[in-house]
Amino acid sequence: MKAASFEYVRAGSVAAACELLRQDGDAIKLIAGGQSLVPMMAMRLARPSRLVDINEIAALKFVALEPDIVRIGACTRQCVLERDNALATRVPLLRQALAWVGHVQTRNRGTLGGSLAHADPAAELPLAAQVLGARMMLRSTAGVRCVPASDFFAGPLATAIEAQECLEEIHWPVWPEHRTGSSFIEVSRRHGDFAIVAAAAQIAVDGEGRCIRVSFGLGGGGQTPLAFPGLATHLLGTRFDAAVVQSVAQDAALELDPGNDLHASAGYRKRLAAVLAARALRAAFDQAKGNP
Amino acid sequence: MSETLYPIAVVVNGVERTAQVPARLTLVDWLRDELRVTGTHVGCEHGICGACSIMLDDEPIRSCLMYAVQADGHRVTTVEGLAQPDGSLSDLQDSFCQLHGLQCGYCTPGMLIAAQGLLDTTPHPTEEQIREAIGGNLCRCTGYQQIVEAVKHAAGRLSERPLSPRGRGTG
Repeated sequence: MKAASFEYVRAGSVAAACELLRQDGDAIKLIAGGQSLVPMMAMRLARPSRLVDINEIAALKFVALEPDIVRIGACTRQCVLERDNALATRVPLLRQALAWVGHVQTRNRGTLGGSLAHADPAAELPLAAQVLGARMMLRSTAGVRCVPASDFFAGPLATAIEAQECLEEIHWPVWPEHRTGSSFIEVSRRHGDFAIVAAAAQIAVDGEGRCIRVSFGLGGGGQTPLAFPGLATHLLGTRFDAAVVQSVAQDAALELDPGNDLHASAGYRKRLAAVLAARALRAAFDQAKGNP
Repeated sequence: MSETLYPIAVVVNGVERTAQVPARLTLVDWLRDELRVTGTHVGCEHGICGACSIMLDDEPIRSCLMYAVQADGHRVTTVEGLAQPDGSLSDLQDSFCQLHGLQCGYCTPGMLIAAQGLLDTTPHPTEEQIREAIGGNLCRCTGYQQIVEAVKHAAGRLSERPLSPRGRGTG
């Protein structure tokens, strides 16, 4: 046995999990799919004294399509989301991101909420949440609060979730524009690894093929996944001429503060970020233009 | 200090097994060390290599990334459960033998589970789908080519005999 010893509790409901967290939140770690937490416990980077298992809570597993948003239960498995065609129609970036997440075996167990709560700065789902401005619903015995992605990711493996809170639902905005396109691309050492750099974009165009809405972001280049709402405004009204896209992508890469590690140098990451951001923007734009 | 034990009941290859386990015992260690169902291999023990792949409720997962206590009330199929009821090899297993889909054999139980998971949902996979399905399983001997060929071969055999019992002892 590699993990340090811990006490195990299987929570039967969100209320039960929240009550446990209220009593002893600092000592508890919630476990969903466990695809990151169990390795961290095996290496003793994490040593929770109590593990509260939320895998059996049916109320945390759902995809609800509403007019302006899609609500997804935090413990919904990644494999369920990647197979959901109605979801892919409404939030296409999510399926595009999931195609890069781990492997069949990890997606069968890994959950949406688990990936977001783990908040690896190079993970795909946090980047998708950041780019689309997803909102996290955090429940405690005191009630629910809603945290937008821009305030949720606090640093590497750190989020706004308080010790007494459980991530319950994630709300994904649905873009109403008909001519919308999106793209998610990354470079990693092996397919299924966390990204060295990942880029994601979603764009809407008008009848004349001019950009009327745009959001894009980069992962793997800093402490958290980043979106660039300020830079994105330079693309509004344009037809995505190469020079404009290049310059916006370049400026985004300059905002990154990547580290040097075994996999890539900081310089390479920045260069990659500029290239991938431009490609993702271009691909999303072309897809948007192709839509009737 | 004695560690708390938790009662579990898990259907393993069609047979209900009960035990008292410490919370930190991984599912793969329980299967191998306690039940002596040793077909499943342990490689990296932190979710990289895929050697410990098993099916949980018919879907491939990594059994080093789950604690045995979490499997309480669920069904597990290991590589032992892929064989025919009489113990002879399934079409998939036999295809691995025929097409040299293994050399040292260490990754093979995980490869077979991953491939079976694919064939269960995608009876006529493309080569790309096969490569995607085994993408989470490392093999340091074969270079993967023969494994891909073996899965293709198995898919062909299964489509010729669609009603052939696969002998999955999932109960």
